[in-house]
Amino acid sequence: MTRHPRALAYALALAVLLVLTALAFAVGRFPLDFGDLAALTANKLLGAGYAVPPTTETVVMQVRGPRILAALLVGAALAAAGAAYQGMFRNPLVSPDLLGVSAGAALGAVLGIFFSQSVLVIQLGAFTGGLLAVAVVYAVGASVRRHDPILALILAGIVIGTLFGSMIGLLKYLADPYNQLPAITFWLLGSLAAVAPADLALAAPFALAGLVPLYLLRWRMNLLSLADDEARSLGVPVGRLRIAVVCAATLMTAAAVAISGIIGWVGLLIPHAARLLIGPEFSRLLPLSMVLGAAFLLAVDTLSRTIAPIEVPPGVLTALIGTPFFLWLFATARRSWQ
Amino acid sequence: MLEARGLGYGYPGRPVGRGLDLALGAGEVLCVLGPNGGGKTTLFRTLLGLLPAQAGSILLDGQALEAMSRGDVARRVGYVPQGHAAQFAFTVREAVLMGRTSHISLFAAPGAADRDAAEHAIQALGIGELAERVVTELSGGERQLTMIARALAQGARALVLDEPTASLDFGNQVRVLREIRRLAAEGYAVVFSTHDPGQAFLAASRVLLLAQGGAQRMGTPDEVITGENLRAVYGVEVRVAAVDGARACLPVL
Repeated sequence: MTRHPRALAYALALAVLLVLTALAFAVGRFPLDFGDLAALTANKLLGAGYAVPPTTETVVMQVRGPRILAALLVGAALAAAGAAYQGMFRNPLVSPDLLGVSAGAALGAVLGIFFSQSVLVIQLGAFTGGLLAVAVVYAVGASVRRHDPILALILAGIVIGTLFGSMIGLLKYLADPYNQLPAITFWLLGSLAAVAPADLALAAPFALAGLVPLYLLRWRMNLLSLADDEARSLGVPVGRLRIAVVCAATLMTAAAVAISGIIGWVGLLIPHAARLLIGPEFSRLLPLSMVLGAAFLLAVDTLSRTIAPIEVPPGVLTALIGTPFFLWLFATARRSWQ
Repeated sequence: MLEARGLGYGYPGRPVGRGLDLALGAGEVLCVLGPNGGGKTTLFRTLLGLLPAQAGSILLDGQALEAMSRGDVARRVGYVPQGHAAQFAFTVREAVLMGRTSHISLFAAPGAADRDAAEHAIQALGIGELAERVVTELSGGERQLTMIARALAQGARALVLDEPTASLDFGNQVRVLREIRRLAAEGYAVVFSTHDPGQAFLAASRVLLLAQGGAQRMGTPDEVITGENLRAVYGVEVRVAAVDGARACLPVL
């Protein structure tokens, strides 16, 4: 691939993202006029004084704005974390759910709902649950020294994830079927419907804190996709670098899960699609994955609130899109990484 | 350049070899022979600092390896692993550029000097036309040359190649051996392992013959590669014959 198609891929992805964002503001229960939207944008960004209907301003600033920002943030964060996990585990079919992040976050949130805590506590529960799960998985993986470290981590992730899943099952079984169970189910399927500006303010710094190390290590990340001995012989202290990247990617995943609940597939599909477009080199893969992830989740969320009279959980939509894509990858893409 | 003194290698509680003395200077090629499981790869991993030495010491350019950082080692010894398993479709140029890691600070991306060094290594191995191809689609021989180019880009003057001719066709085996000889002529110190004792006559100035159970024999190819020694190590009859002045190994069936 030459430089030209690479620039083209970025430009196209950004253009798609912009168009989707404009569309997402315009469509919905209360359709908005593109002219009014443009005028409002000019007012807010350039201080222009166009007349805009007050309802338009309310819908944009209070309702759709936070939700769209949340979709962009969550999509970009999940895709960035997925790109990091896939490179690090040398497997393009790996996703942020792998190390038990999602299961841990879900258990934390479900505990919060079960004990009728505030939204803030539920989010903090999701966040600490996700980090805790990865810490446990990492400790288990590191203590079985006789195995391939990557395989040990993945197996530990599966086992811990199953354990957390059964605990969630117990809590659902015990939960009040009228007040708590719907909230738990809603959260487990993922949703951006209830995102408030305060939620964004809480999650964004954590997502950013995870992104900064990934960005700084963007070239060195490539070395983690080699066999451990190869990377070491090229001068990389593999163990330390892997811990740093796991922490950063987990922080991003947990921040995303804390505001949106569990939305699967984004972290698996998007980095893979980006890799097909631009190759595996991480310093190019990371930004494209983030743009595509943001665009994908925004499209899914916009669909989820417009295609039916009730909201379709975005986690259901991503699974409907993701499953056939995954099967197609599984069946055809072998040669692209072997 | 690459020196081992009284080296014991293996794993805690499971020694593989001990008492190995080795001093390899510029332009020398050491061929390591031995049966499967004879400890060739274990020795190489120890020489590269990937496994801790169980006894003795390793010196790189006169300095103790155990006191060095991974980067320090990487700038002195390059490693060409056996059968590089490419997972992702990096281009040859990107893969060779990864050899520059020990010259690039943690948060930086490769600079112009690194790109030049990678380009130089690619040209040195004559794989310029492969530069934009992806490693997952290369043949075994092309991939081996790419990995050698990556080791050259590393800037190390000592190279360790683990069975560089394994699973290559005859032509590519010869090409890799020719490359080893050329590197030695340019002043590199090269260690490589192989299953074909005849390759030692073609490319090596010295031979280390490892046997099951830790016995080892070192010397020039003419001294070490004899029918008697090969029978002791591999358990088969081998005739060492001279063809037009060059020596070759002929197994007796």
